[in-house]
Amino acid sequence: MSDAAIELRGISKAFGPVQANKDISIRVMPGTIHGIIGENGAGKSTLMSILYGFYKADAGEIFINGEQTTIPDSQAAIRAGIGMVFQHFKLVRNFSVVENIILGAEDGALLQPSITKARKSLKQLAEEYELNVDPDALIEDLSVGHRQRVEILKALYREADILILDEPTGVLTPAEADQLFRILERLKAEGKTIILITHKLREIMHITDTVSVMRRGEMTATVKTAETNPQELAELMVGRKVLLNVDKAPAQPGAPVLEVEGLSVHDGDGVQRLKGVSLNVRAGEILGIAGVAGNGQTELLEVLGGMMRGTGNVRLNGDEIDLTGKYSDGQSRRARGISHVPEERQDEGLILEFAAWENVAFGYHHDPDYQRNAMFMNNAAIRAETAAKMERFDVRPPITNLAARNFSGGNQQKIVLAREIERNPDLLLVGQPTRGVDIGAIEFIHKRIVELRDAGKAILLVSVELDEIMSLSDRIAVMFDGQIMGERLPGETDEKELGLLMAGITGDAA
Amino acid sequence: MERMPRWADIVLIPLVSLIVAFMLSGLMILATGEDPMTAATTMIQGALGSTYGWGYTLYYATNFLFTGLAVAVAFHAGLFNIGGEGQATLGGLGVALVCLALPWPHWTLAIVFAALGGAVFGAAWAAIPAYLQAKRDSHIVITTIMFNFIAAAVLNYVLVNLLRPAGSMDPASAKFPEGTNLPTLHEILAVVGIPFSKSPPANVSLFLALGACVAVWALIWRTRIGFEMRSFGKSPRAADYAGISTTKITMIAMLISGGLAGMMAVNSVMGESERLVLNSVEGAGFIGIAVALMGRNHPFGILIAAVLFGFLYQGGAELGLWTKIPREMVIVIQALVILFTGALDNMVRWPLERLFLSVGKGDR
Repeated sequence: MSDAAIELRGISKAFGPVQANKDISIRVMPGTIHGIIGENGAGKSTLMSILYGFYKADAGEIFINGEQTTIPDSQAAIRAGIGMVFQHFKLVRNFSVVENIILGAEDGALLQPSITKARKSLKQLAEEYELNVDPDALIEDLSVGHRQRVEILKALYREADILILDEPTGVLTPAEADQLFRILERLKAEGKTIILITHKLREIMHITDTVSVMRRGEMTATVKTAETNPQELAELMVGRKVLLNVDKAPAQPGAPVLEVEGLSVHDGDGVQRLKGVSLNVRAGEILGIAGVAGNGQTELLEVLGGMMRGTGNVRLNGDEIDLTGKYSDGQSRRARGISHVPEERQDEGLILEFAAWENVAFGYHHDPDYQRNAMFMNNAAIRAETAAKMERFDVRPPITNLAARNFSGGNQQKIVLAREIERNPDLLLVGQPTRGVDIGAIEFIHKRIVELRDAGKAILLVSVELDEIMSLSDRIAVMFDGQIMGERLPGETDEKELGLLMAGITGDAA
Repeated sequence: MERMPRWADIVLIPLVSLIVAFMLSGLMILATGEDPMTAATTMIQGALGSTYGWGYTLYYATNFLFTGLAVAVAFHAGLFNIGGEGQATLGGLGVALVCLALPWPHWTLAIVFAALGGAVFGAAWAAIPAYLQAKRDSHIVITTIMFNFIAAAVLNYVLVNLLRPAGSMDPASAKFPEGTNLPTLHEILAVVGIPFSKSPPANVSLFLALGACVAVWALIWRTRIGFEMRSFGKSPRAADYAGISTTKITMIAMLISGGLAGMMAVNSVMGESERLVLNSVEGAGFIGIAVALMGRNHPFGILIAAVLFGFLYQGGAELGLWTKIPREMVIVIQALVILFTGALDNMVRWPLERLFLSVGKGDR
């Protein structure tokens, strides 16, 4: 066997009592795409941070191209030929592409020679890998997909032979993701080694040669992608059998619950985020809003949930909803029977310092059942109700006094869902219900949302995961640039069509 | 990431901070050529060694309790009210106006209305920065600081031009009527037969302050408005999601905070000087910040911290009286305590946390 591009032997890393990586060994062969898959908190990011010099391993050895090395910092990683493309780009927004490329790799005190050199090399890289980006464009003017290319170019400019990509498709449209995969194929063909960290099974199956599965800090398996299937990988990730597809009966839609006409919203900077959105959600159906993050879905949920002001007509069960005045806040919405699972679970849906029971009362703290008398709250009653909700939603650990911060992402989301769904709302607004949630919990959360639908409630679902939209929705509306580009039925469309709509290309033009 | 046990967070860290501060103070005293041990015994003897000392210590502690609670209430709503000094100054005016308004028949009646007057004036003084914060986004730290200066000027004007009795050269109000004189600890404890020194100014306001501790605890952790305040303080975005009004919480928290600071005047103006003088607050508004910080914004912690600072005040005065250690040294000691328990909290916290985590790991 030839030397591996990267070999890790017995890597362990603990944070306090938490063993993030336990005796991990992995061999990544040169010129291959190696996927690392695992649930949140499985230790993928820790492992990559060790490889990139952010953390120092407690034990273990690192070999690059057969030679043992230590990587004390990211500079050493770059010298060893490792480049990293982070999930959240590390670019200076008001710098040009070429300025970002040379940032931290300037040759001397004067910038001009470096810039000239970078320009030349950018041109060469663009030809070699089809990585076309205008060197003088400002980052803030580029699309997300192009910004990612700049990150890749940055690594290539620093002569990286090994590229690590952390959840690279999270912010991309399906079309952009396909372009990225073509670039990765091209890089592989040129002999680069690529490590792809993701939680999306489809991507792993689509592009990798080998895949390693991590679970609870351990490497549970490394298999050839061609010799496995998504079901097997999911089981390896979770440690038990999981249902990948949502099991649901056809919807039995009733009367319209939510009717939205010409809804427009401006944000704090005066930028128009919603441009006359019209849609309706009927009782007993799930309307999924597909779209790339940042195209107005957040604002749609927030204005319906009472967090933003807007103009237009919104009716709930035929009655007008106040969009600007005294009754345009979250309290009034809840009183009207609208529950809201916000996109930002940790910043909005929960108060991380609060105990589980305080979070269960949060937003509903005016509920008469939660009051002892006119002055004091009935904390004991809230605790008892929390214990019951935690049991019904299988929140682990079932400790009502534990701060929300100390629950895993999936269990945090279950607390929010238990609070919102058990209010039995007429309309449930759900944003990114399974973002950062492990596969086992995803199955459970989807089941609960479908149950609420089957109970005859209306559900408005916003998700950037197209898979989730496709499998959960009874109807799909696609948003782009604050507008609804069109509505489709899940059985009668495919990712390609939705992807075009998400990019703002309507059926007629395409 | 695991955290330290709660008791270590609440008890151990302030205690270690305090010990470090005292040790440094000892070195400072040593540097001036005096004996730190003598200084320590003088302070402890002077502040805690007699009912006389305790009387002063508790009098100061009462002031710090009110201002410490004021800071804590605002802090729970995510607001840093450093205008306690000005709010207590105006509270003094409120107390004085109530006391001078009527020939009060008995102190029990007078204290209720005086407390109310102090609270209303203190709250009103806090209401303006609160409104500016809620509606105009003017930072409350800046506005409350500025309002401290305005309060001092306002009081100066009122005393010199309005409240000063004709013919008096002193910028102070007339003496309050007999009926407003509060019973001292000496008088109260005499009822149950406990001998207590007659001269110190500690008075019945101490019990008002202890009552305020309980009330603040209940407010923060047992009421709906406290729940909303804590929600807003921890995460304004989440509070928005829950439909909690920013304006409402900012106003209510600051009104309560200002009211508590204003009530301090019951102790200092009504209980001690029995007339309104300039600078009756004597920096207690600022000490309240340190007290709240050290007490971790919990009423019980604030109680302990207030007594500690009462001790430092009284012990410091004794130090100036009986030793050659300059009076300024007392301020240095107080400053070191504030520095270590407040600002340099993390200096003690990080090593202790690491110690706990490494010990915790060994257990597993």
